[in-house]
Amino acid sequence: MLFQDVLSKWPMILHGVWLTIALSFVAITLGLVLATAMTALRSLAGSWAGYVVDAYVELMRNTPFLVQLFMIFFGLPQLGIRLNGLEASILAMTLNLAAYATEIIRAGVDSIHRSQIEAGLALAMSKWQVLKHVVLQPAFARVWPALSSQFVLMMLASSICSFVSVQELSGTAAIIEQDTFRSFETYIVVTVIYLVLALSLKLFLNWLGHKLFPQVSGLARLTEAHGEAA
Amino acid sequence: MPAVLIEDIHKRFGSLEVLKGVSLSVEPGQVVAIIGRSGSGKSTLLRCINGLETFHAGKIEVAGHTMTQDPTKLRELRKDVGIVFQSYNLFPHLTVGQNIMLSPRITKNVPQAEALALAKDVLAQVGLSEKFDSYPDNLSGGQQQRVAIARSLAMKPKVMLFDEVTSALDPELTGEVLLVMEKLAKGGMTMLLVTHEMNFARTVADTTVFMHQGKIWESGPSKVLFANPQTPELSNFVKAGAH
Amino acid sequence: MQTFGWPEALFIFRSAGWTLALTAIAFFIGSILGGAFAIMRLSRVRWLRRFASGYILVIQSIPVLMVLFMSYYGLSALGIELPPFLAASASLSIYVSAYLAEIWRGSIESVPRQQWEASASLAHTTAQTYRYVILPQAVRISLPPTVGFLVQLVKNTSIVQVVGFVDLMRAGMLVNNATYQAFQIFTLVGAIYFAICFPLSRLSRHLEKVMNASRSH
Ligand SMILES: Nc1ncnc2c1ncn2[C@@H]1O[C@H](COP(=O)(O)OP(=O)(O)OP(=O)(O)O)[C@@H](O)[C@H]1O
Ligand SMILES: [Mg+2]
Repeated sequence: MLFQDVLSKWPMILHGVWLTIALSFVAITLGLVLATAMTALRSLAGSWAGYVVDAYVELMRNTPFLVQLFMIFFGLPQLGIRLNGLEASILAMTLNLAAYATEIIRAGVDSIHRSQIEAGLALAMSKWQVLKHVVLQPAFARVWPALSSQFVLMMLASSICSFVSVQELSGTAAIIEQDTFRSFETYIVVTVIYLVLALSLKLFLNWLGHKLFPQVSGLARLTEAHGEAA
Repeated sequence: MPAVLIEDIHKRFGSLEVLKGVSLSVEPGQVVAIIGRSGSGKSTLLRCINGLETFHAGKIEVAGHTMTQDPTKLRELRKDVGIVFQSYNLFPHLTVGQNIMLSPRITKNVPQAEALALAKDVLAQVGLSEKFDSYPDNLSGGQQQRVAIARSLAMKPKVMLFDEVTSALDPELTGEVLLVMEKLAKGGMTMLLVTHEMNFARTVADTTVFMHQGKIWESGPSKVLFANPQTPELSNFVKAGAH
Repeated sequence: MQTFGWPEALFIFRSAGWTLALTAIAFFIGSILGGAFAIMRLSRVRWLRRFASGYILVIQSIPVLMVLFMSYYGLSALGIELPPFLAASASLSIYVSAYLAEIWRGSIESVPRQQWEASASLAHTTAQTYRYVILPQAVRISLPPTVGFLVQLVKNTSIVQVVGFVDLMRAGMLVNNATYQAFQIFTLVGAIYFAICFPLSRLSRHLEKVMNASRSH
């Protein structure tokens, strides 16, 4: 096997790694914000908002990410909205992650007992303080492991963005493969990089969970749930 | 030859020595009650007798088998030694009848018709004939425990071990289980039972063994032992349990 | 230029059959492999356990796309050229096996330890304990997450076109290349995926409720 042909392309590979990380970071951040907003919407704005959010979550969870991406990349231009591959990818990943995260966060919020909210109000906390300290923080702490798995899966699923010619890690792989004719070697290298990325991300999210939720991280580990692939 | 012979058993969990040289001999047909405080090593001793726990030193012989790690020989031993647990441990996906017939069928190749007759017989012994087709989940705790006893009996064991079999039961359900055990004792079964039911130990067991800190602290004929404790530890234990 | 009409829609519908076939085969082979890995993962032999853990960890930590490429190009590096359908099935089976192994290991481990002890005490062999006592209970426990994973599998079949296979997704892309009516086409493709996945999702959730109810009485 000849790895040097592949490894000599390291500047390209590095750029691909960077793009994979950047894509994932942006989509995870935006997706999480959107998911929190949708969770709040469904609980604050009455049942019609609940139905809309539920329908959205079901729609996203029961169709492939690739279909969602193509709908945005190829379908939206027909409606006059033209996005390049990178923009389409960020939008698709954000929308996809938001659906899964909404489902996960909802489980966390459901696990908060009414009596805890009432206790918070009884302690003369404001509505916002209750929402932040009594509902959201414990809820996030509890579902952090499930969210973490979902983030890792999203990072892995970003490889699908190569279908709309984004030069992230697997898009880069396709180009190197064409240049070098060393398919197997190329994909071994790229696979190992993904492996390192996924394991590092897992470790980082674990560490972050302990930082963000020091008081409840033990509890969170007990209620660890399984994420699902995008 | 004794039905159970335990010679100087030592057992550690990590650095914690749980059995510190236990010796005990049980004759065929004898009923031995093991009593003692929580953590004194009663369950561990019982579990050593059918190989659920290994031990670091000493020797155990049961029903003519020497305790061994060899899986085949261990299975031969277990065919002759029944055990009933505090938590019943019936197989929840099988009916009462299937629970009882399974082991004779697969370990002794007992034909189906014979296994069926056997199951009906042991189920009648514990007074639950009408529950043959029920699932364990639909039985009371006392009934489940009686089925567990029947399941053990179907293997025609030479020795039966009982580990606090009534501790998980509501008080009104312990009686029916103790009654079954008393009948077994009268029928000549060799029995070792860990129990917190002092009355039962006193009246049904020939011999009672008091365990304390991983040792047999005191033992003797049940009536004598309860009437005349020789050590302050047993004396305190009996007093504490009497209220 | 062609327009998106009945013949195209029919072509897409027919290709959905291939997606289902692929799902079924990958699930079947993946189950056998996954079962083996689950048992290895729980084996008393340390190197078997390590090997299975490593396999599961690696497959779960790389994109499904890479699983496809690796097994496809791995096989061709070994001189094995499979027709597209077989190549797709083989690659997806590997992906399936790692996830099912992990789901089933969890299910087997959640059968209470006392069941093993009761079975051993009744003189059953390890194989008999698995066959008659543990697996029947583990299968019940594993049903909701297994059906849930089936949804993931159906969705992930959408990328097998990289090994040259025409499935539902690929059919949509081909029609799109000919007609440029992406919005209608991918709405139809998405609707078909949804029609397959949504009932499975509901079934998984229903099974979970049934389990929870039976556990808590
Ligand atoms: N698997 C194990 N690992 C570590 N320690 C154990 C284990 N099983 C038992 N022990 C310890 O061994 C000691 C004896 O336990 P054992 O269960 O034999 O006590 P016991 O007399 O049956 O008590 P109880 O009346 O509570 O059932 C206890 O200190 C217990 O914590
Ligand atoms: Mg005990």
